[in-house]
Amino acid sequence: MNELWQAIESVLTKYSLVTAFAVVGTIVWISYGISAKVTRHRMHGSAIAILVGLLLACIGGVVTDGEKGIADIECLAGIGLMGGAMLRDFAIVATAFGVRLDEFLKTGLSGVVSLLAGVLMSFLIGAIIAYGFGYRDAVSMTTIGGGAATYIVGPVTGTALGATSEVIALSVAAGLVKSMLVMTLTPFVAKWIGLDNPRSALIFGGLMGTTSGVAGGLAATDERLVPYGAMTATFYTGLGCLLGPSVIFIVIRAIVGT
Amino acid sequence: MAIYGTALLSLCLIAGLIAGKLIGLAIGIDANVGGVGIAMLLLILISGRLQISGFMAKPTQNGVLFWSSIYIPIVVAMAASQNVRAALSGGTAAIIAGVVVVIASFAMVPLISRIGQSNDHLKSTLESASTGDDA
Repeated sequence: MNELWQAIESVLTKYSLVTAFAVVGTIVWISYGISAKVTRHRMHGSAIAILVGLLLACIGGVVTDGEKGIADIECLAGIGLMGGAMLRDFAIVATAFGVRLDEFLKTGLSGVVSLLAGVLMSFLIGAIIAYGFGYRDAVSMTTIGGGAATYIVGPVTGTALGATSEVIALSVAAGLVKSMLVMTLTPFVAKWIGLDNPRSALIFGGLMGTTSGVAGGLAATDERLVPYGAMTATFYTGLGCLLGPSVIFIVIRAIVGT
Repeated sequence: MAIYGTALLSLCLIAGLIAGKLIGLAIGIDANVGGVGIAMLLLILISGRLQISGFMAKPTQNGVLFWSSIYIPIVVAMAASQNVRAALSGGTAAIIAGVVVVIASFAMVPLISRIGQSNDHLKSTLESASTGDDA
């Protein structure tokens, strides 16, 4: 029996990307089935599929003690490749195909406003909560504020400012929590916040910033909105990395003193 | 041929990422500033031009559309390879920071949407447009 599994596993591992297509396809198929039969289309199939993905990632993390979710299991490593930055960005860009340029240009101003508001608000909230939890020096507050922006802005800011590794880890965790929440909650709040047109999707992307969260959340809400949100979200991390260790740090240091 | 569309997509992404990297370099941060966004703009511009001049045959378009339709499965794979355990075990401060910032950001969407002109026109263009499969 063990030998049999080893033979199967060697094939799965060698063709890991193909294995990933098969596994993810099955997850999506089951999820759309649940969406239709159990929730009667009240919950979108892709939202269920993303939740199943997150659940599997959690299981993978517990079983393997690794950092890449289910992709840390050797024969499922292809899921990491399939869901990695390379193919994700490739597919995100493809969603822009067929979108008209004037739709983007019309929302230009509100896109910029949402980016600035999103980055500044995340730093502000993150820094205040850090202060509340006893991280009262400007470096830690700015770093955790960066984590509340995205899990890339946090460590980039923390590294630039020389924050402790504990604070950097905390900032990454805050960014991960944000990304998960945006992925799962967006379809539920979409109606309340008017997320049903390209303009609000662009603003949404700029305010949230987490590309993975925005991409997953919009995909589960209305697939046609993905290119608009993803478009602004890709500028967010860059803006956060730019403002965090510079302007925002200087402002926070001026306020708290150290 | 389908590969023409896929190659066009690849060229746009690579050009965008290089541009984003160079912008990062120019402003002194080690990050890709808007590379994917620039790539999307390039694809919109170039494919629009090619369509007008009749160079986007159906098979060529399919070479792009396949990737746009495989987008949700890729997002599922992305979700499955996130460090969820670290997010959950990151401590109360991290979870509260994440929760508060997400709620506040959601609340900001309708506020900023009100800036600028009415969006009736855009709503109607979305309803008539479609990308990828209709899932």
